[in-house]
Amino acid sequence: MAENGAKATVTLEIDGVEVTVPSGTRVIEAAEHVGVVVPRYCYHPGIPTRPAQCRMCLVEVEGRPKLEPSCTLQAADDMVVNTASDTARTARQSVIEFLLVNHPLDCPICDAAGQCMLQDYAYVTNQLESRVDEPKRIMGRDRISDDILYFADRCVICTRCVRFMRDVAEDDSLIVAQRGDKAYIDTFPGRELDNPFQGNIVDVCPVGALVHEDFVFKARSWDMDAAASVCPGCPTGCNVTIDTKENQIVRVKPRHNAAVNSWWMCDYGRKHLVMTNRGVRAELPLIRAGGGDGDGGELRPVDWATALDWVAEKIGTLGAPGGSAVVSPDASNENLFYLRTLLDRLGVGDADFRVPQGETAELPTVPTLKLRADRAANAIGAGFFGGRSVDGPPNGSAGGALVVLDDELEGAGEDFGASADFFLYLGTRLPGAARNADAVLPIATFAEMDGTFTNFEGRVQRFHQALRPPGLARPAWMVLSRVLARLGDGEAVDDVRGAFERMAAQAPAFAGLTWDGIGLKGAPAAGSAAEAAGVAGSAEAGA
Amino acid sequence: MSFPHGSDLETTTRLSRHQGEAEARTLEGWRARGGYEALRRSLDMSPAEITEVVKASGLRGRGGAGFPTGLKWSFMPKDDGKPHYLCCNADESEPGAFKDREVIRWTPHLLIEGCLIASRAIGAEHAYIYVRGEFFEETQVLNAAVVEAYENGLAGEGILGSSWSCDVTIHAGAGAYIAGEETGLMNSLMGNRAEPWAKPPFPAQAGAFGMPTTVNNVETLAAVPMILENGADWYRQWGSEESPGTKLWSCSGHLVRPGNYEFALGLPLSDIIFDACGGTPSGKPVKAVIPGGSSTAFLTGDELDCATTYEGLAEAGSALGTASPIVMDEDTDIVAAMRRIAQFYAHESCGQCVQCREGTSWVVRILQRIEAGDGRPADIDTLYELCEQMTGRTICVLADSVVFPLESSLDKFRADYEARMKPTLVAAG
Repeated sequence: MAENGAKATVTLEIDGVEVTVPSGTRVIEAAEHVGVVVPRYCYHPGIPTRPAQCRMCLVEVEGRPKLEPSCTLQAADDMVVNTASDTARTARQSVIEFLLVNHPLDCPICDAAGQCMLQDYAYVTNQLESRVDEPKRIMGRDRISDDILYFADRCVICTRCVRFMRDVAEDDSLIVAQRGDKAYIDTFPGRELDNPFQGNIVDVCPVGALVHEDFVFKARSWDMDAAASVCPGCPTGCNVTIDTKENQIVRVKPRHNAAVNSWWMCDYGRKHLVMTNRGVRAELPLIRAGGGDGDGGELRPVDWATALDWVAEKIGTLGAPGGSAVVSPDASNENLFYLRTLLDRLGVGDADFRVPQGETAELPTVPTLKLRADRAANAIGAGFFGGRSVDGPPNGSAGGALVVLDDELEGAGEDFGASADFFLYLGTRLPGAARNADAVLPIATFAEMDGTFTNFEGRVQRFHQALRPPGLARPAWMVLSRVLARLGDGEAVDDVRGAFERMAAQAPAFAGLTWDGIGLKGAPAAGSAAEAAGVAGSAEAGA
Repeated sequence: MSFPHGSDLETTTRLSRHQGEAEARTLEGWRARGGYEALRRSLDMSPAEITEVVKASGLRGRGGAGFPTGLKWSFMPKDDGKPHYLCCNADESEPGAFKDREVIRWTPHLLIEGCLIASRAIGAEHAYIYVRGEFFEETQVLNAAVVEAYENGLAGEGILGSSWSCDVTIHAGAGAYIAGEETGLMNSLMGNRAEPWAKPPFPAQAGAFGMPTTVNNVETLAAVPMILENGADWYRQWGSEESPGTKLWSCSGHLVRPGNYEFALGLPLSDIIFDACGGTPSGKPVKAVIPGGSSTAFLTGDELDCATTYEGLAEAGSALGTASPIVMDEDTDIVAAMRRIAQFYAHESCGQCVQCREGTSWVVRILQRIEAGDGRPADIDTLYELCEQMTGRTICVLADSVVFPLESSLDKFRADYEARMKPTLVAAG
């Protein structure tokens, strides 16, 4: 935001290191360029307002009599900033001590323990003992919305939550009530906190004051594992972190990606992601091979080698090419690629997919972040691999081969697939409509494997395994590569890199992309809207 | 009595000379006393000329900080095409101060005239008078005067037949000390919580409603008409080089004649306390005086010879502040007095800055414990350290305001604190 005639960059010194940053950069951000993270509470890079009220980020600036808040101080030429001088250090220490006047030391039962900015700074500033032995102020807790609890005593009144709602979500429902050390966060009188993006206030809380009710007392931070992932709730593809404990998803948090979701995600996504991994799962390969030599009879569980050999053999003996396929628009690019390779071999053209529709929601100040009507993670990817968006119940009455990839076959009749020559069902679950399948191969959900989705504007984004798949379930790309290998087409792959590499070599949309090159922020598919100068929101996917 | 006393000491009633005269409240009565002549004169002057006169007079802000008024006005951008605003700070809430209230109550037209002249000087199209919410009667008086001014072409479109227009709006405050801090006042005026904001932006860059704004105290603006009418040199016949003019004094505490006075700046503080106000009713020596309202440092009974100017009281280790001495005689419990002052600041902290929100209430808890006889010798060191950590670290100076009396009371009345300490057990033998 350089004014007319102003320089584009400024050069200053922070903790003895010279750094050049764009004009208008605040010192707190300039410091990050030299690896100095100035402690902060009220400052949040995703919230535009900076009240400079927590006084935690005060730094010493040569030639200035008072310490300055680095969150609002503009970097200027020849400025000499010291974030670690005795004065700055003592000021920070005193802020921590002041906060501990009333903050309860209930870390042993606090859900933020281990990921708490007050706890961390108390350790960093070496204040494990407090001089305060006056009685603390007691305020109690409140249910601030139908799914968020507010522990008022733990609150440091940084107002990040209030400002997220007001300045990012443009919803005035949250306020600071009362004043002084009796101040607390509340909903505006007569208003309810009921916003599709309100879950973000929990993520911005630097301490354990705001907690999702479904997370309270559920997991200690050090017992959790985290995996970088992508929300499959809609084609936006918000970058997320999945926190798991004992192979269960306990929490989903947004992961920063300036091109997609900024720092935020919607509440629908959070809940949807947890739900996709609940329920009874298909855990064993099943084939309809009679005992001894004949086929037919009941589906029976077998090991993978037997199942894959049998499926490959059946496919190899199919007569005339042709058939049909039903795929899930939530399948990963790799799954869809390997399926397409198999379908081409079977002579199957279009693969039908159905995209459920839902309510939309927008975060006013972040145009790229929307809860889109299409409730599918990868309809664009399905389109790359011969997918065809259809309405109505799945059609399973054709002859020839019938392959279903993880579609729950809602609305399918009793005789779905009965007339197919060979009905192969690959699924995470086992719906009733798969009863006529000749083989059922159990596959992993997106959270149980590595892979990529293509979002609404063609951005290919990586997600990583967060959970172990149940039973013998395996990623579909792993399973299908083995079926194809048995048919003499390529090699069995065990690593997502191998799967992605083959896809990039053969599918034009992925030409030039590599697994490592995509990184954790994604990269545009060839010819996509995202590639065309990354214009956001220019191509709504699907219907 | 609400208007200035007669006293043994010579008062210089310029600004307050019509206080106590009921007719002065009406436009007719005010005009009969020469009212709005200064406004008429200002219409023939350019904004820069008005600012020059006020600059030359040396008038300093009467709200406590003492910033030169003309200089403040000159910070307002010229010809920037934006609307400018004047905010008159009538949120008088400093414990000890009750001078602005009398200006409003007796001479509302004086304030309106001052607001209009200042508005003209800074190019403001709208003057907001932010009146403390508790000032119910004063708000009514002021409202009536504003209505009269509008009806007689003294406010609104084409003032006094000129081409210049300026609106005047009375805004009743929402009841908080911190609404008297200039950025807190503007936030409150805009309908937000009365929370000070971190500068920059300064009011003259982006103040009320994001536009260039000047905030002036009631007494400051009330002094403007007489300066304009009589000239800067006339105003400088009183006071010192750095503190010219006359000043209203709100004297309270252990005094025979407490109340409002107007003196030329520069008298010895002891003259005001003993001659004008008659000393203590008990006849006992003065133990302590907080000279400028509760947020200034304590002076002991031996330190009252200082000159009552901005520089004189600063030299004595305190401040002129709002010129509201609170006098305490020998029987006063300094610990209890300090605890009460600290409670006020803890109650009035807006709660933004950690040092202020938590520090003020921590200080109260320590002082309460000492007052109850449960103090520990280490408490004094802790209080000193809190003073250090609460100074100059926050958005506004509310935290500093409790430090001035606290630190000075520790320095000057340490024995009072120590006398309340629990005896420390010493190992026998």
